[in-house]
Amino acid sequence: MGNTRFRIAANKIFQGIVVFLSFIIIVPLFLIILHIVINGISAINWDFLVSLPAPVGEEGGGIANAIVGTFIIILISSIMAVPVGVLTGIFLYEYRTSKLAEVVRICVEVLMGVPSIVLGIVGYLWIVLTFGSFSALSGGVALAIMMLPVIIRSTEETLGLIPDTLREASLALGVPYYRTIIKVIVPAGFSGIMTGILLSVARIAGETAPLLFTSFGNPFMNLNIFKPTETLPHMIYIYATSPYKEWHTAAWGASFILVVFLFALNFITKILARR
Amino acid sequence: MIIKEKILTLKRELIEFASLAERMIEDSISGLLKKDGQLLKVVIDQHEPKANKFEIEIDETCVGLIAQYQPKVKELRTILMAMQMNNDLERIGDHAVNIAESSLFLIARPAVKPLIDIPRMAELSINMLKESLRAFTDEDTELARNVCERDNDVDALGEQVLRELITFMSADTNTIERSLHLLRISRNLERIGDLSTNICEDTIYISEGVVIKHHAE
Amino acid sequence: MNKTILKTEKLSAFFGKEKVLKDIDISFPEKKVTAIMGPSGCGKTTLIRCINRMHELIAGATITGKVYLKEENISDLNPILVRRKIGMVFQRPNPFPTMSIYENVIAGYKLNGLRLPKDDLNIIVEDSLKKSALWDEVKDILHRKGSFLSGGQQQRLCIARALAMKPEVILLDEPTSALDPKATSRIEELIVELKDTVTILIVTHNTAQAARVSDFTAFMYLGELIEFGDTQKMFIAPDNTKTEEYLTGKFG
Repeated sequence: MGNTRFRIAANKIFQGIVVFLSFIIIVPLFLIILHIVINGISAINWDFLVSLPAPVGEEGGGIANAIVGTFIIILISSIMAVPVGVLTGIFLYEYRTSKLAEVVRICVEVLMGVPSIVLGIVGYLWIVLTFGSFSALSGGVALAIMMLPVIIRSTEETLGLIPDTLREASLALGVPYYRTIIKVIVPAGFSGIMTGILLSVARIAGETAPLLFTSFGNPFMNLNIFKPTETLPHMIYIYATSPYKEWHTAAWGASFILVVFLFALNFITKILARR
Repeated sequence: MIIKEKILTLKRELIEFASLAERMIEDSISGLLKKDGQLLKVVIDQHEPKANKFEIEIDETCVGLIAQYQPKVKELRTILMAMQMNNDLERIGDHAVNIAESSLFLIARPAVKPLIDIPRMAELSINMLKESLRAFTDEDTELARNVCERDNDVDALGEQVLRELITFMSADTNTIERSLHLLRISRNLERIGDLSTNICEDTIYISEGVVIKHHAE
Repeated sequence: MNKTILKTEKLSAFFGKEKVLKDIDISFPEKKVTAIMGPSGCGKTTLIRCINRMHELIAGATITGKVYLKEENISDLNPILVRRKIGMVFQRPNPFPTMSIYENVIAGYKLNGLRLPKDDLNIIVEDSLKKSALWDEVKDILHRKGSFLSGGQQQRLCIARALAMKPEVILLDEPTSALDPKATSRIEELIVELKDTVTILIVTHNTAQAARVSDFTAFMYLGELIEFGDTQKMFIAPDNTKTEEYLTGKFG
């Protein structure tokens, strides 16, 4: 009898520990967000979102160029990474047993482990030096390389989850192989692939290190991809480490925008995953 | 369901066979009463081979149905009883042939006595067969039981015929051969009555799953 | 006299070095149902996959010998073409999940880029669904996705999809293994009705099913054809003792 009571007590203690530890995880996240919201929301107004940064000492100003810059660079890296990533994922799925696939998989794993700042250097060497200036393009390239492993992995996994029977059904109807992949397999895995893409975007949206020597930063609005461009993470870095109080506030505001953007992305991903 | 259709077809075949058997009895008695030797020969030479063919075909059909469809409960009873009835109908045909053969002998000779009981027996037996087939088709178990009882009447008449013929044979030994043929006809008609009873018992088994053979009501 | 529509000549199949089909010679009669039965691993599924050249999708699978569809050697034909003339329905119903019922039926045309006028397609859809005894149940919901149907209905949809290509032969690979008894008997009835339209080969591990639906049966064991003949005869008095042992459950 004593044994049973001990067991029940032990069970309750264990449960308590597990719940407590879960809380501990949530609390810091909650605090961070709270901090950002409290400090950042005071900076947010329409003006902030649409105007360019003001010179030091002047009131007002905004982060419009950073917002636009972030979008441009995400667009560039997506255009580069998505087709290459999805097609590579399809390749790895279809030829999973081939030697080449083995090699590719190893490369992807290695790529995942490369520090982002190193990718920034790569972008510097390939694009910045070639074209002679810092540019959104080079930033896009560096981030694209970061996106690739995520897209490739999730594409390959999604396709792997599709039952063989679907492929068989299509082939048995006399549909050629390539058409089967394009018109049956990929559409069936669409939501999974989309999720992978959105996750990769979320991963790079807040990256700063690679942008330090690629897109570099720009106090003005810039729509030319061959010229330096400002981005949200970079701006936060610059402003937060500056001595100016107005800039600190702006940094909080930019952080707030970035966090909202990431939340929105995650939310959309969750909805898609449910399909 | 595939098997339902096939059983209906089987039933129809049985009824066709039964009609032939009826015809054979009617024609042999008719041939005897009307002294029509041609008719009697038709029974022996044409009807009988047809009857045999029926029996073989229906047998094959039943075995095939059991092999292919693993029939259960009522379907199983129906098919098994169909095989029994098939056999019985073939034997009825044989009895009709016996009657025809003896009739051929008798019509070539003077009559021993006017035929009263034998036609009466024939009428009863033929009716029993007709009604047992109707009971089978309609799954009418009340009618089936009714028909079974009438077998007693046929047997009673058979007894009467026997007693009468014994009297004749004892009185005049010249009548023995003819009397024995008449007796043969009477016995065969009795057997036809019995076989019709079997058909009724089979019908009751199909419908109710109850065995009333040997009058175990 | 039955006309032969499909014939194999000394057909052998190999997975790498392993010989899984050994010199199979069968002539399948036209517009009849032929069942292929045998214990697990006897090669029956391999056999039908060689017939529509689906074995080519498995790495290391090779065949020797010939398969003729109406006098034409199928190795000489484009495999795509072979599979349009010889349709296949699988064990687990596999309608395309992203397509509606309507689109599923004509998937063979859509996916192949074969364009047909809308009216023709409508006729094909109605005709195929009627032939697979599904029309009445789905005629008002053709736009809904195929995955909403029950297992039995999904399988009939797959049959309609195969029929829509107007094949000469349909291969059924244990089509009712994944279905409940009611759906199973529905499909068995369907198979018997369909043989007026198309020749049917059905692989089954259920001997009672083979007895019920087929006109001819092939019995295979360990990659060999043991016996082939009229179904009734095989179930009443087969020629080969192995067949008899299998049917009485002594093995398999």
